[in-house]
Amino acid sequence: MQKKANDRAEIDVTASAVSTVADNGEVQVRPSDAVAYNEDVIRLFTIATAFWGVVAFLMGTFIAFQLAYPVLNFGLEYTTFGRLRPVHTSAAIFAFGGNALLATSLYVVQRTCRATLFGGPALASFLFWGYQLFIVLAASGYVLGVTQGREYAEPEWYVDLWLTIVWVVYLVIFLGTVLKRKEPHIYVANWFYLAFIITVAMLHIVNNLAVPVSFAGYKSYSLFSGVQDALTQWWYGHNAVGFFLTAGFLGMMYYFVPKQAERPVYSYRLSIIHFWALIFLYIWAGPHHLHYTALPDWAQTLGMTFSVMLWMPSWGGMINGLMTLAGAWDKLRTDPVLRMLVVSVAFYGMSTFEGPLMSIRQVNALSHYTDWTVGHVHSGALGWVAFVSFGALYFLVPRLWGRKQLYSLKLVEVHFWIATLGIVLYITAMWVSGIMQGLMWRSYDDLGFLQYAFIETVEAMHPFYVIRAFGGVLFLAGALVMVYNLWRTAKGDVRVEERLGTPVAAATPAE
Amino acid sequence: MWEKHKKIETNVILMLVLTLVTVSIGGLVEIVPLYTIESTIEEVDGVRPYTPLELEGRNIYIREGCYNCHSQMVRPFRDEVERYGHYSLAAESMYDHPFQWGSKRTGPDLARVGGKYSDEWHVAHLIQPKDVVPESIMPPYPHLITRNIDGTYIADHLRANVAVGVPYTDEMVEAARADLSAQADPDGDHEALLARYPKAAVGDFDGDPSRLTEMDALVAYLQILGQMVDFTDIKTEDILQ
Repeated sequence: MQKKANDRAEIDVTASAVSTVADNGEVQVRPSDAVAYNEDVIRLFTIATAFWGVVAFLMGTFIAFQLAYPVLNFGLEYTTFGRLRPVHTSAAIFAFGGNALLATSLYVVQRTCRATLFGGPALASFLFWGYQLFIVLAASGYVLGVTQGREYAEPEWYVDLWLTIVWVVYLVIFLGTVLKRKEPHIYVANWFYLAFIITVAMLHIVNNLAVPVSFAGYKSYSLFSGVQDALTQWWYGHNAVGFFLTAGFLGMMYYFVPKQAERPVYSYRLSIIHFWALIFLYIWAGPHHLHYTALPDWAQTLGMTFSVMLWMPSWGGMINGLMTLAGAWDKLRTDPVLRMLVVSVAFYGMSTFEGPLMSIRQVNALSHYTDWTVGHVHSGALGWVAFVSFGALYFLVPRLWGRKQLYSLKLVEVHFWIATLGIVLYITAMWVSGIMQGLMWRSYDDLGFLQYAFIETVEAMHPFYVIRAFGGVLFLAGALVMVYNLWRTAKGDVRVEERLGTPVAAATPAE
Repeated sequence: MWEKHKKIETNVILMLVLTLVTVSIGGLVEIVPLYTIESTIEEVDGVRPYTPLELEGRNIYIREGCYNCHSQMVRPFRDEVERYGHYSLAAESMYDHPFQWGSKRTGPDLARVGGKYSDEWHVAHLIQPKDVVPESIMPPYPHLITRNIDGTYIADHLRANVAVGVPYTDEMVEAARADLSAQADPDGDHEALLARYPKAAVGDFDGDPSRLTEMDALVAYLQILGQMVDFTDIKTEDILQ
């Protein structure tokens, strides 16, 4: 018990840059909090997060309908599934996720270091517009057929070079701000943000090494080929998940969950252990994308082993996030923003359990190449990444626009429920279709022949593709409700509504 | 231990360096040996660089994002070997910059699609998949048949491949433009082409011998997939990694 108290006390010291939780549970803002933070650029990144989120969900829903109703490819080269799917994945990961990470990391680093952004407003605005230009260059390229043909690393060489410049500026701003901090300690959220920034830089540069055909043209050839290229690509690809979509978003969790719950982080020591374990183990997990391929077995075995071990630090993060609510669980009833954040951590726990399971070779033999993988990715992307980002947006917008509260908590509640329903429809449909298709591919009839032609397994997917697409519609609808709510909040409107979760006892007093 | 960690969390440069070291280890241990262990790529006969037309076709395959729905990697399972053919070898994609193994089979694997269907079937299928497979959910690609291949820069493409390690000879680079049109021309110089690129499919792919179209290129590429290595004489011991 004593230990735990120490644990919490230590993290309180680091968190105190923003505020401390007093014994009576009230948050006290330090009087010395007089730094002029750069919030202009955070507002821009916040708007961009909401905008690209809607674009990503819209594109995802559209291509989901294409798989159910292929007539929606329209017979035009620019609107085929093959060209639009990278638009969806890049919009979700780099545009929505990336802007959410930029918005929150630059907000958090200023608050927890009590320092304004290094490099001043000009460098910050270069970062914003430079990053948006990267997104537009990448996405317009895909539609026109400009792609490297490497999953999640589709942008061609000139876009990659531009992103490298922008990313170095990001590192300079972030690192420079940490260097001039007025707090002795670097807050745990910043460890994760820093690991995310430098690891993504390493992955991006190595994986995109290529030789352009000419400096006047867009086409390049990857420096690597075949089996080496495959492992380099999945070393990149899996750690885009591990560092872009996990480490960065854990940084988000470590700031916004304690702030919204008004409780200190559960365990300082757990955060140290799971930080180092997570970043060390994640890098090894790439080969689980290549089970039973022409990649040598030893590499596959390493990938599987480390993926299974990765379960532990992942759940370390989940426990640290969830247990931060210890003593404040009642807030889940009255605070839908906190509920969104907590459910995101729960989805993180679920998908980081499913991931190690799917990385076991024998399980992967069934799941690989099927929709099960797609479902798994979306339980992480929608449940974890998007939900924690929504929570952060609901936290940030009133503060950034100087409003006392959100326009409507009821609408947050509506968003929460329809988005959750959308996710459930999505992932259950993909579990069923994925496992079914995997089983159909390997099923034999009594005479020892393959029972199903490939096209029969495609036909069997149809109802699940329809259900999945409607899951996407719900998720998109939820995001639109959020955008409306945030817009009204920024305008300064407040909706007249009853408090959520009014205790029953108060409504019907005992006689 | 917890006291020592304070050193790291009060010094951001130290933290940055330690993080970089920590995240470098896994990649180095897994990727570097793929270049040093010789058995990583099996020694088999027949794998050659793509012909200029196949390379054009492959670039169209990449441009259209075919890898989003089709794999090119047959796993060593009974059902996959029966459905698609011999399981894929690392050697078969050794000149693929980038690899196109894929990660999803919304459509079937294509690693061994070469020679399975006629050119006419491929052309009809690419123009409108539903015409030949009514239940198909693949998008139509009618623009391939209308767009000509110019080929002015084809030698530069071969040179870029040489730069990343594909063994195109000087002769191949010089003849690139001629080979490009000869492969899809029924009256072209196939002898010289086939001497440089054995087993290449030749002839008029798209049904219009007067034009060299993107359809010609893509079908030429699809028809060579899985065709380079002759598996009849290969024993399992020879291809163990």
